Amino acid sequence: MKILAIDTSNQPLSVALLEDQKLLAETTTTVSKNHSATLMPAIDQIFKQSRLKPADIDRVVVAQGPGSYTGLRIGVTTAKTLAYSLDKELVGVSSLAVLAAAVHPNDDTILVPLFDARRQNVFAGAYQWQDSQLVNVLPDQHVSLNDLCQQLSGKKICLIGTAAQQFADEFAANLAADSYDFAPVETAVPRAFVLGLLGEDKQPENVNDFLPQYLRITQAEAQWLEKNPAGKENHGPYIQKY
Amino acid sequence: MNEEKDVIILAFESSCDETSVALVKNGRELLAQSTATQIKSHQRFGGVVPEVASRHHIEQIIGCLDDVFSETGLTYADLTAVAVTYGPGLVGALLVGVSAAKAVAFAHQLPLVPVNHMAGHIYAAQYSAPLEFPAMALLVSGGHTELVYLAAENSYQIIGETRDDACGEAFDKVGRVLGLNYPAGKEIDELAHQGKDTFHFPRAMEKDDNFDFSFSGLKSAFINTVHHADQIGETLSKVDLAASFQQSVVDVLAEKTVRALRNYPVKQLVLAGGVAANSQLRDRLAKECEQLDGVQLVKAPLKYCGDNAAMIGIAGYVAYQHGVRADMSLNAEPGLEFEWLK
Ligand SMILES: [Zn+2]
Repeated sequence: MKILAIDTSNQPLSVALLEDQKLLAETTTTVSKNHSATLMPAIDQIFKQSRLKPADIDRVVVAQGPGSYTGLRIGVTTAKTLAYSLDKELVGVSSLAVLAAAVHPNDDTILVPLFDARRQNVFAGAYQWQDSQLVNVLPDQHVSLNDLCQQLSGKKICLIGTAAQQFADEFAANLAADSYDFAPVETAVPRAFVLGLLGEDKQPENVNDFLPQYLRITQAEAQWLEKNPAGKENHGPYIQKY
Repeated sequence: MNEEKDVIILAFESSCDETSVALVKNGRELLAQSTATQIKSHQRFGGVVPEVASRHHIEQIIGCLDDVFSETGLTYADLTAVAVTYGPGLVGALLVGVSAAKAVAFAHQLPLVPVNHMAGHIYAAQYSAPLEFPAMALLVSGGHTELVYLAAENSYQIIGETRDDACGEAFDKVGRVLGLNYPAGKEIDELAHQGKDTFHFPRAMEKDDNFDFSFSGLKSAFINTVHHADQIGETLSKVDLAASFQQSVVDVLAEKTVRALRNYPVKQLVLAGGVAANSQLRDRLAKECEQLDGVQLVKAPLKYCGDNAAMIGIAGYVAYQHGVRADMSLNAEPGLEFEWLK
């Protein structure tokens, strides 16, 4: 199976082409100022390097979130449209799982990838290797650092990602010193090769319905729901087509 | 054998609160269009919320794309190029259309044609009559109010624009004061027809020797009038308020447009943009053009005054014929503007 994998969920940008679990070409950068301008040229480049045509792939795998809303939309829109217009399969993988999957501890340590979500909040989940399978043991969520530490206390964990080091002081204050560790720095950047591997066995999604996992409703909607507790059921539909 | 091949453009538009995809043949014929409007969603908030808009676009884009292909039975092999609005507009909203357009262009190795949203509005008029040059365009919408000189095909130069609020923005703000739903343009137009200009709101910059507009003074005068009446417990006539407001807007737009037409002799005046649907403005400019010898008024059809991909397909065709191309690094440009006429 030939896979195009795309991750623009955060500041790093990574794209890869895989064939039968082997890497053909990959581009991973952390200096992209604008994924909209850099994503397609990067994809173009790995196709050229691999001497493949867009129609040669079998499946598109995309980091579905959480992450930067704009980054997610660029990656997911690109992945959806490529899959739809080439009539190929589409698969989404948690952007947090991509970070976790690069870390292979010798024991049953719980892997905790996280992204900064500002104001002492993070996007985080917890994963564990069980029989060579990466298993989600705590759902990806938007959570305050304090809450996250409470959910993790008493467990042996490994913190992954640039946000892990960034909140080192908070972890030191809230977690027992011998209960946690930081993953090696080279695992802080997501790699589309890893993403592609994770996406190979998943069931394809319905391309039209496929959306980013923002894990947060918009502020405007949250405020509106507060004032209108009856909520969406009595109000929509919001989209009209003609 | 020598038959010229049809130029078929797949066009994307997602600059604000409509997701729209169209197939346009030879810059004239709309083969299919699918548009998803989010107005109902944004009515919850009294105006367009950018993050909400971006989320809706990504929900709708593939459905719209699928519609135009299943409706026409065309395939990618039938396409000549992909055109897309890359600005001006809301950056997150634009990015959905730009990303989708680039993906299609890449997947099928098609030329990518970047289109200025405002050029799209202008060329919507071509669904009424072919444009002839030189022409002048009055562009009035929720985000823009400008006079654009069109020396030739695919040439756009601003000669005047609003210094503060866009015209459609003023309609929406005044609409909110009147307790109307967003967008308020259509309802104000209807109310105005039942009332009279009794309030004589200011006509800003009407006599100034330039082609610029201003609507914030009018908006403030309107709001102050209503608030003052509220304070002294007086109820004002809603229809007269609407009529007075609209009369002031139409007077200013018409006055400046006529001034522009006197300074720049043109064959046509193109009326385009969401506010171009306003019936009083359409009638007034028709009368003004009758007075000006030889200027033909070309109005975008009502159904293409709002945002749509059909208009991007025509403007995209024109740009395509003029060799305008973008590469895979095309980005959204939320502040994109035509150049000023020097
Ligand atoms: Zn518009």
